[in-house]
Amino acid sequence: MTAIPLGVPRRLVEFTIDGQEARVPEGSTILDACRAAGKDVPTLCEGDTLTPKNACRVCVVEVEGSRTLVPACSRRAEAGMEVRTGTERARHSRKIVLELLASSVDLSTTPMVAEWIKEYDAKPDRFGPDAARLNEEPKIDNELYVRDYDKCILCYKCVDACGDQWQNTFAISVSGRGFDARIAVEHDAPLTDSACVYCGNCIEVCPTGALSFKSEFDRRAAGEWDESAQTRTTTVCAYCGVGCNLTLHVQDNDIVKVTSPHDNPVTHGNLCIKGRFGYQHVQNRG
Amino acid sequence: MDLHFGDSKPTDDERAAVDALFGPPESSWEGADRCDADLRWARGGREARNRRDLLLPGLHAINDRIGWISEGALGYLCRRLTVPPAEAYGVATFYAMFSVEPRPATVLQVCTDLACAAAGAAGLCAGIASRLGSDSGVSVERSPCLGLCERAPAVLAVRAGDPVRTALSAPADVETAVLAASAPGSAPEERPAAGAVPQAGDASLILLRRIGVVDPSSLDDYRAHGGYTALRRAFALGPSEVIREVTDSGLLGRGGAAFPTGRKWRATASQPDGPHYLVCNADESEPGTFKDRVLMEGDPYALVEAMTVAAYAVGAHKGYLYVRGEYPRALRRMRHAVDCARARGLLGDDVLGQGYAFDIEIRRGAGAYICGEETALFNSIEGYRGEPRSKPPFPVEKGLFGRPTVENNVETLVNVLPILTMGAPAYAAIGTPGSTGPKLFCVSGTVERPGVYELPFGATLGELLTLAGLRENLRAVLLGGAAGGFVRPDELDVPLTFEGTREAGTTLGSGVVMAFDDTVPMPRLLVRIAEFFRDESCGQCVPCRVGTVRQEEALHRIVERTGTDAADDIALLREVGRAMRDASICGLGQTAWNAVESAIDRLGAYE
Ligand SMILES: Cc1cc2nc3c(=O)[nH]c(=O)nc-3n(C[C@H](O)[C@H](O)[C@H](O)COP(=O)(O)O)c2cc1C
Ligand code: SF4
Ligand code: SF4
Ligand code: SF4
Ligand code: FES
Ligand code: FES
Repeated sequence: MTAIPLGVPRRLVEFTIDGQEARVPEGSTILDACRAAGKDVPTLCEGDTLTPKNACRVCVVEVEGSRTLVPACSRRAEAGMEVRTGTERARHSRKIVLELLASSVDLSTTPMVAEWIKEYDAKPDRFGPDAARLNEEPKIDNELYVRDYDKCILCYKCVDACGDQWQNTFAISVSGRGFDARIAVEHDAPLTDSACVYCGNCIEVCPTGALSFKSEFDRRAAGEWDESAQTRTTTVCAYCGVGCNLTLHVQDNDIVKVTSPHDNPVTHGNLCIKGRFGYQHVQNRG
Repeated sequence: MDLHFGDSKPTDDERAAVDALFGPPESSWEGADRCDADLRWARGGREARNRRDLLLPGLHAINDRIGWISEGALGYLCRRLTVPPAEAYGVATFYAMFSVEPRPATVLQVCTDLACAAAGAAGLCAGIASRLGSDSGVSVERSPCLGLCERAPAVLAVRAGDPVRTALSAPADVETAVLAASAPGSAPEERPAAGAVPQAGDASLILLRRIGVVDPSSLDDYRAHGGYTALRRAFALGPSEVIREVTDSGLLGRGGAAFPTGRKWRATASQPDGPHYLVCNADESEPGTFKDRVLMEGDPYALVEAMTVAAYAVGAHKGYLYVRGEYPRALRRMRHAVDCARARGLLGDDVLGQGYAFDIEIRRGAGAYICGEETALFNSIEGYRGEPRSKPPFPVEKGLFGRPTVENNVETLVNVLPILTMGAPAYAAIGTPGSTGPKLFCVSGTVERPGVYELPFGATLGELLTLAGLRENLRAVLLGGAAGGFVRPDELDVPLTFEGTREAGTTLGSGVVMAFDDTVPMPRLLVRIAEFFRDESCGQCVPCRVGTVRQEEALHRIVERTGTDAADDIALLREVGRAMRDASICGLGQTAWNAVESAIDRLGAYE
């Protein structure tokens, strides 16, 4: 986890990235090293506050001696490794992954994907009009957040955030398998019948907008979501003594959603229901 | 962890099924009625959660008794095990043999996979459906390979109840299939395991030597036929010498990856972290493979003994035998063998009076090919979804329950017995320098005598097929199963060794040899292979989860097309296949395009 500032000094591992010498502290991933070296490796399922699940495979790189490509986000750098980030082989797999994803789910609210699709010359349409898609309807069953699994890339981040990595509520999991796998609560019930405590930590980590604030979802549906018109103000939650940092996203003088800085060493971007959703009193203008 | 169990209640039957496994609940924390004492203490924490690995047996208990898993039943099971219901639901929906929707108590699995398809499974399905009609109380489901390819087409009937009843019909016709479904209790006795071994009785056999000769239910008979001499020799040698023998024998894993067994054992044995575990992979779900079933059904004590030797060598005191859910008879025989061995001091605290403790726990899969992947198998045993883990770390370092683990295939382990009884040099003299010892081949499809054959490594494909009774007009041979590759009828001189098949640009895999004559429509067969992988993908990684869907779609499009009409889709298949091979997490996605590619390149399937 990069957010923890202090630690025992670690040994440095020496290896090469694209022929250049690289030195990173032991335990760093190839991705850490690539980022430090200013290399642009795309990532989708990697999350800065979570253990990588390495499920999306968009970050694959070539490592000398490895039969298959290697996910940069989770493979630790080893001394003497020869890593190549931009080979035809790695770029081919990234392109296909982007095509496979974009042809099966709605990536319109996934940051960066449009740029990558252009960069890798991906053509999601080429599987034809009959290519199977998720075709999920948004699940709107509570006033706080919407689950629009038509946008879900199954990165497992929300499952990890709700489960043993942060929240320990275990309200959601992956059900089914293969192309039919979906994020779901038990027996596919509405969220209101599940163990969910509405901390919204799953929304915080969702990379695609499949999980979003109802406030955001409604504004998007009405064509009134305008990120460029929004201001972000980081402040301290006033509810209890923990003192979590909140970032208020304000559009037209309304709080439209609340996030939390991931580099906060106490909360790592996690909040509870009050900090995440309990902002109406601020804009109760009578 | 703050668990939420909703308010659905189990029925008495469902509760009884779970309690039969775990005993009655002790407090309201586990689902009993609330009493005064429950208000003053809490149960939970690590001790309660440590029973997570009983989730799969628990799901089986409910599914066996009721036929499906209701909300109330799942909730109760979760309470008993302190497992979050969402996770348990994720596990229950992962396996093909479980249903979370109500369904009839009787499920008839009709195999529609490669060998059965070639033997007329489609007609069988249609016949069964029309005979049974719509309100028969039988749920007819199409199944991937049931591991009975030598008697294709095959059906398996499972009737829920106490006890659950199963019946096989293979080779099946509409009559016998319907009989199995309507009266599984009185279905005719299954053919003995030796029926799958055309060479049975041949004195030169090593691995199959006892099949059909020994009584699979009798430990004494096993001992009378040389049983337990290998374990005695192992105890005489000591663990590290056993590993040296196995290393010197040159034994390579028979589960498909051909990894040197001695090296794996040594690496596990030397791990300082403990406890060490042994896992025997009897999941055998590769279409076309049935050798492990025949070994377990025909010579079950051999596997018990072999597991004991392996455990002793690597310092494991606990072994898990993971048997695929579609093998009721192998499961029964192995359970019986393990119980008898335990009762006779051949398992337990003091094996053979040598002061070594070892016991075997049998786990039953529930219909998921992916659980044969070694790390997915660990997850399955631990009560998680059978999704492969990313490697490194490797199992020898962090395997089952995060501990150093050796995982071996059934056939691999059974080879350890002759290695110890004949000695490494004599064993290594069999076969070729690169592939030592005897090898089992599962021959099926359009041949006269399908079955498990044992040959020393190095025989050619043609020799094997001649033995099995090759028919006229051979069109193609699938080597290595769905994850393997096709070869042409003019390539029958391929030597059946790991190095020989590699040189010929194909693979031996787990020893599948499926012959297809020219009555079998190639493009349909390829669609079936693609369908298999799409169906069996765990769904974790994108190249496999979506790639297998796109592959199947493209193959459907070109079923009736050739030449330039198929060219675009073949180019697409190549591009997607390359990324699946390169970027998938595990062997399933990495090999899902092999057979199709070989059919295009070697057979010219769409020319
Ligand atoms: C998708 C998949 C399915 C597999 N299925 C099996 C199986 O059914 N039985 C088996 O022994 N090995 C299977 N394997 C191979 C195992 O992962 C593993 O390599 C093997 O059990 C190791 O044992 P061995 O060294 O004795 O061969 C499978 C691998 C993959 C990738
Ligand atoms: S809902 Fe979002 S966070 Fe969860 S798996 Fe889907 S894309 Fe990932
Ligand atoms: S977000 Fe929740 S835990 Fe954090 S300060 Fe606010 S009320 Fe307290
Ligand atoms: S390759 Fe397929 S089966 Fe293997 S982890 Fe990926 S999705 Fe699962
Ligand atoms: S970002 Fe590495 S696999 Fe998804
Ligand atoms: S049993 Fe049907 S194909 Fe193997």
